[in-house]
Amino acid sequence: MNPAPSVILFTVFSGFGFGFLAFLGLGLVQPAGWAAFALWGIGYAAAVGGLIASTAHLGNPQRALRAFTQWRTSWLSREGWAAVTTLFLLAPVALSDWLGLGWPRQIGWAGAVMCAVTVFTTSMIYTQLRTVPRWNHPVTPALFLGFAATGGAVMAGEPRVAVVFCVILLVVLIAAFRIGDRRFAEVGATLGTATGLGAIGSVTVFEQAHTAGNYLMREMIFVVGRKHAERLRVLALLFSTLVPAALLVLGPGRLWVVGLAVASHLLGALAARWLFFAEAEHVVGLYYGKR
Amino acid sequence: MTQLPASTDKKLGLVVDLDTCVGCQACVTACKGWNDQGYGVPLSDQDPYGADPSGTFLNRVHSYAVQPAEGAAQTVTFPRSCLHCEDAPCVTVCPTGASYKRSEDGIVLVNEDACIGCGLCAWACPYGARELDLAAGVMKKCTLCVDRIYNENLPEEDREPACVRTCPTGARHFGDFADPQSKVSRLSAERGGYALMPEMGTKPVNRYLPPRKKDRPQEASLLAPLLDIKATGFAGWLDRILGKI
Repeated sequence: MNPAPSVILFTVFSGFGFGFLAFLGLGLVQPAGWAAFALWGIGYAAAVGGLIASTAHLGNPQRALRAFTQWRTSWLSREGWAAVTTLFLLAPVALSDWLGLGWPRQIGWAGAVMCAVTVFTTSMIYTQLRTVPRWNHPVTPALFLGFAATGGAVMAGEPRVAVVFCVILLVVLIAAFRIGDRRFAEVGATLGTATGLGAIGSVTVFEQAHTAGNYLMREMIFVVGRKHAERLRVLALLFSTLVPAALLVLGPGRLWVVGLAVASHLLGALAARWLFFAEAEHVVGLYYGKR
Repeated sequence: MTQLPASTDKKLGLVVDLDTCVGCQACVTACKGWNDQGYGVPLSDQDPYGADPSGTFLNRVHSYAVQPAEGAAQTVTFPRSCLHCEDAPCVTVCPTGASYKRSEDGIVLVNEDACIGCGLCAWACPYGARELDLAAGVMKKCTLCVDRIYNENLPEEDREPACVRTCPTGARHFGDFADPQSKVSRLSAERGGYALMPEMGTKPVNRYLPPRKKDRPQEASLLAPLLDIKATGFAGWLDRILGKI
C-alpha cells in the first residue's frame, strides 16, 4: 500500500494525542494552571492535528461532514464519531485542570475509555480489510493501542509506567512483524484464485493490461523501499520503545529528557507506520503479477 | 445507505467467457466511450499524450500464460471489472453512504455527489474494480451501464452494457443470475462458471467461464492407413527382388 504522508501523520499523531489525553483524563498526570493548559493543549493539538491531516488525502474534503452518517457499517464513520465524542467529553476535565475548578474526575475516566475506543476504531479501518492480509488480524488493533498507550506514557514522563508500556509495545511490534509476514500466504489468494485459472495450471502474467501506471498500481502496489525494510524495523523498534524507556530511566524528572524521549518515540512510531503501509500487500497486486 | 440489502430482487451481472475472449480491448474502449459521457463525471485522463499517460477505466483486459502440468502453455485474455458482489465490502466501508447496492437489481453504484474520495472502497475491493477519478476526486466504477439497460430511448438490442453490446466474439453476456432459467444462469451452469477469489468472502455475482479443453496434436497421421502401400503384380515382384539385392 502507498504510504501516503497524510495517513501516516494522521494515525501516528492522533494515536499519540488520544494516548496522552487518556493519561490526562485518568489523572495519572495531574497538572494545574498554565502547565495544565500546555499539556492538555499538546494532547488536543496532536489529536486534532492528526484528524485534520487525514482530510488531506480526500478527493473532495469539503464534503467530509458526510462521513458522520454511516456509523452503522463503516469504521471510518465510527472513528469520526468516537473522536469528536472523546474531544468534547474531555473538554470540561481540561478546563477544570487549567482553572482549578475541581470538577469530578469521573468524566475524565469516561474520556480515557473513549480515547481507547477512538484508537480502536482507527485501527479497525485497516483491520477490517480482508484484501490486505497483513492488516486483517487482531494484532493490528493491539499495535495501534500499544502505540497510543506508549506514546501517552512516555509523554507523561513517569519512568516506571513508561517502561512497562515500552516493553508491551516492543513485544506487540515484533509480533505484528512476524504475524504480518505470513498472513498473505495464510489467506491463500494467488494469481490462480484471482483469475480462477489455477485449476488449469500455473498462471503467470503474459502481458500487462496497460502500458503505464494507474490509480490501482499507485495506491495499492507499492514496491519501492522494501529493500531497507529489515533495517527500518530495527530502527522503529529501537526509537519507539528502547531509547525512550532508557532515557526516562536514566534521567527521570527532567523536562528535556522527556522531550527527547517523546521525540525518539514519535520518530520510531513514524518509521513503524511507514512500514505498516509500505509492507502491506493488497491482493489486487496479484492481477499485475506484483505485490 | 451502506447497509447491504438482505437480498435483491434481481442479481444483474455478467458472464465473461475466457474461451472466446480474444483480448481485442473493444470492451475497454466501448466502456470508456459510453461512460465518459453518461452516468456521473467523465472518466478523466492525465497526461494522455505525454510520457506518463494515465486514466480512469472501469474495465481492464489482462493477459496471462497458463502452464498445465502436461502439454503446451496457453494464453488467456482476461477482462476485469466490477463483479457486483452480494457481500460487497466496498459498500459497507463507505463512511458517507455514497456507495450503495440497489435492492431491486443488485447493481453496486456510487452517488458521486456524496463521495468524499477517501478511497477506502477501492482498498476494500479485491478485484481492483474501483478507480478514483483524479480530475473530479470521486470514485468511479462499473454501473452495468445502468443508463443503457433501462433506457427506453434506445433500441431494444442496445439495452445492455456497452461492453456486452460491442464484444465482437460474444464473450460477454448480461442477465439476471437470480433467475435460474436466465441465459446467463444456464450458460454458467453448463460451462462451469466460477467466481473470482472466493476466499475473500465477497460472493461475486459475475461468473467467468473457463477456457474449453484444448485438442492435443494427433500422435499418428490420419493418412497412416493410406500410406501403408502393399505393392502387387510386377511392382510387387520388383519390390521383393530389389529388397533382396
